[in-house]
Amino acid sequence: MTERWEMVVGLEVHCELATATKLLCGCRNAFGDEPNTNVCPVCLGLPGSLPVLNRQAVDLAMRVGLALRCSVVPSIFHRKNYFYPDMPKDYQVSQYDEPLNVGGWLELPDGSRVGVTRAHMEEDTGKTTHVGGGGGRIHGADHSLVDYNRAGVPLVEIVSEPDIRSPDQAKAYVNELRAILVAIGASDARMEEGSLRVDANISMRPVGTSAYGTRAEIKNMNSVRSLGRALEYEARRQVGLLDTGEAVVQETRHWDEDEGRTSSMRSKEEAYDYRYFPEPDLVPLAPSEEWLAGVGAALPALPADRRLALAGVAGVAVTEPSVATVVSQGLDELVSAAVGAGADGRLALNRAANELAHKQAPDAAPFAKVLLMEGEGRLTATQAKAVLAELVAAGGDPEDIARRKGFEAMGGDVVAAAVDAAIAAHPAEWERFAGGEAKLAGFFVGKVMAATAGKADGKAVTALLRERVGR
Amino acid sequence: MTSAGDIARAVRAGARSALDVVEEHLAAVTRDDGELHAFNLVLGEEARAAAEEVDRRVSAGEDPGPLAGVPVALKDNLCTRGVPTTCSSRILDGWRPPYDATVVGRLRDAGAVVVGKTNMDEFAMGSSTENSAFGPTRNPRDPSRVPGGSSGGSAAAVAAGFAPLALGSDTGGSIRQPAALCGVVGVKPTYGLVSRYGLVAFASSLDQIGPFAASVADAALLLETIAGHDPADSTSLPRPAPALGDVLDEGVDGLRIGVLRELVDGADADVAGRVTEAAAALEAAGAKVGEASVPSTSLGLSAYYLIATAEASSNLARYDGVRYGLRVDGDDVNAMYGATRAAGFGAEVKRRIMLGTYALSAGYYDAYYGQAQRVRTLIIRELEAVYSSYDALLAPTTPTTAFELGAKTDDPLAMYLSDVCTVPSNLAGHPAVSVPYGKGDDGLPVGVQVMAPALAEATMFRAAAALERSLS
Repeated sequence: MTERWEMVVGLEVHCELATATKLLCGCRNAFGDEPNTNVCPVCLGLPGSLPVLNRQAVDLAMRVGLALRCSVVPSIFHRKNYFYPDMPKDYQVSQYDEPLNVGGWLELPDGSRVGVTRAHMEEDTGKTTHVGGGGGRIHGADHSLVDYNRAGVPLVEIVSEPDIRSPDQAKAYVNELRAILVAIGASDARMEEGSLRVDANISMRPVGTSAYGTRAEIKNMNSVRSLGRALEYEARRQVGLLDTGEAVVQETRHWDEDEGRTSSMRSKEEAYDYRYFPEPDLVPLAPSEEWLAGVGAALPALPADRRLALAGVAGVAVTEPSVATVVSQGLDELVSAAVGAGADGRLALNRAANELAHKQAPDAAPFAKVLLMEGEGRLTATQAKAVLAELVAAGGDPEDIARRKGFEAMGGDVVAAAVDAAIAAHPAEWERFAGGEAKLAGFFVGKVMAATAGKADGKAVTALLRERVGR
Repeated sequence: MTSAGDIARAVRAGARSALDVVEEHLAAVTRDDGELHAFNLVLGEEARAAAEEVDRRVSAGEDPGPLAGVPVALKDNLCTRGVPTTCSSRILDGWRPPYDATVVGRLRDAGAVVVGKTNMDEFAMGSSTENSAFGPTRNPRDPSRVPGGSSGGSAAAVAAGFAPLALGSDTGGSIRQPAALCGVVGVKPTYGLVSRYGLVAFASSLDQIGPFAASVADAALLLETIAGHDPADSTSLPRPAPALGDVLDEGVDGLRIGVLRELVDGADADVAGRVTEAAAALEAAGAKVGEASVPSTSLGLSAYYLIATAEASSNLARYDGVRYGLRVDGDDVNAMYGATRAAGFGAEVKRRIMLGTYALSAGYYDAYYGQAQRVRTLIIRELEAVYSSYDALLAPTTPTTAFELGAKTDDPLAMYLSDVCTVPSNLAGHPAVSVPYGKGDDGLPVGVQVMAPALAEATMFRAAAALERSLS
């Protein structure tokens, strides 16, 4: 498949902004509250009510734009008209041909760039639960329950250029976008709570050509993993059609996570005519230079910049996977501090990426101390990891932890004695090892470890074994 | 008939009881509204309670406000907390707003007493108040005639003496046209001067709430009360209410008044004659009068009926049976939408929703909605050009006097033509006032319209007051 066909993907990411209140009224913007408690005449679309734009939402939307290297420009709101029970006004206030943020890009950890066409503001809909029949879809349901708490929650829709060429790159794009949104405080960006939602436009074209094929839009992917699975499935499906001379139909398709496949939702002909027109109840949005400059000045360092800085501190290539892990875990300051205290950069990076990810980070000073002890050979790698685990779990001084665990430095003569004892106890195995059966090294290391209660350094043991063979 | 100003002065001074005032007006309603049907709902009990509260405050030495004890009638598209607000439509059956419109709150704060909700063309779509789900309103000057519309109930309520003041809404002439036909004063303020919060929308970029009164001074008093910035309406202008009471006696000496040729030429001869007389009266009072031309006013009506219907098609989408008002069940949600809207909306509303939906459709947007917006811009430019030579314009409010009930109900286009003189001000967002000025050949009232540039309400009221004085 990948030899003859190239995947072309663009993503539309909806992100709920972490404002205190909704986009067009003063109701609380909160996930998980009792249904229909965060509502008022405005977000229920009651006759006579009028919208007022939330300044904080604009502020956060501009942050998103700046973080995605977009131009922030004067914009207007439109109405997108269609009937749906969870949309109280039966139109959505959105931005159409004059969005707030245009023309940016996103740099992925592997160094590739994905263009960002636009990042525009709009209001979220309510949430409908279809009861009975239909497997949770509206068709065939007995009745539906609507929760309007989410109606009017501010969203930014981030539309990428069709620059993505693989499921892995699509996943990396979403992960990077999430990292940025969280870093700038724009959103908690949780796909499982629906505060980040991803739709994908995918088409295939013969490798080496530049024209786009007919695309399908895939909806209902609830995790980064399902995004990857859906793209893989859809690529196979489209290639299957193209290889047999059939045409891909332009349509919207629904991803079924359990079945692991996409199915047609509606064709281009059935697509809604949204009858967009300028929203007459809102005035044009033209943030002042001062406002924009203030937002820019308050923007924290972005993940891509932090990765670059961290790679420099650690003395590794920026594309090294542990760099991205440490930054995404917010451990880059810890690593930098440890390096500043004299720890080895690569060691600090690897220990942070492998031992501290998804855990409560320790203080910088004890973390650095563990690394220094390891660097000086006072702790083996295994021991250092054990000390770090204890440090994370209960805190304390690394020296004390090592002492309590009996990790006092083990003299070279003691290790050598243990190695010689192991050789003497297993002459047959030693013959084979000496005869070139290298994998038996592990056998002897294991014996030495057992004899020293794990305190010996594996590397030192292996070196001694080689030394003995050579003699 | 006592003026609103006189009532408020007397009530504030303790010389008259607000309750007595309300009882007098309610008695008139009881006597005459069976025939006229100005009201959809008379709020007798609530009005008496509000009046008693005003009286209590006066006797406690407090000042209930500039409209103390003055009965006010509200068009039934203005939200009133806990009180049905129907827009004269079946689709809002049973709905009671949980809030007061901003203007209603301001009236209550000023001591006014709300006496009822007035009949209107359904969702303000019409020019005769015959498009009401609850039956037509009749013109108090001649009950065989329509009161105009869409705020026909409010105009009739003032003309019949049911209330000295009323509020209406004006999207394409819906205050000024019925004011003219009923012989009262009606004002369409500058767009954004009066908050639209709580006005059930017809066409958001054109809608504006405004006063009806028997005199220019009373209209000014009411406008002063309801105008001024409201943070709940994003299109509300960030400025205080204009002081209008002080300018009424300033006269028109030196004001440059243009008579708008295209609109005078299109009016019946008797109506055109009253406009000419009005111009002469202003000239006699010291104004410099000339002839003005805004050629694209002839395109205004077409542009208006595209923009207004386009916005309406979106504004009225929410009446879908899901959350409030009428619901007619169907097999699925789309069938429910269809059944509800088929049963809930009248013919004219359906006609305009279809027109507006069409005008916004893919492939037609630019030819209809887009083109209408360009005409709108053109009219604004031409008016701006004219206002470099004139401070205000004079025109008929309507081409004819009040027509008979049923005369135009079968011919929507003929009905739409009733708005030809009034839509330019809505398209431009400019203020305009209709002042009663004599009678037509049929003995029915004629309204003369004073139009002014945005926020020139003071100039407009000076001219209106001068016209009124010239008749006395």
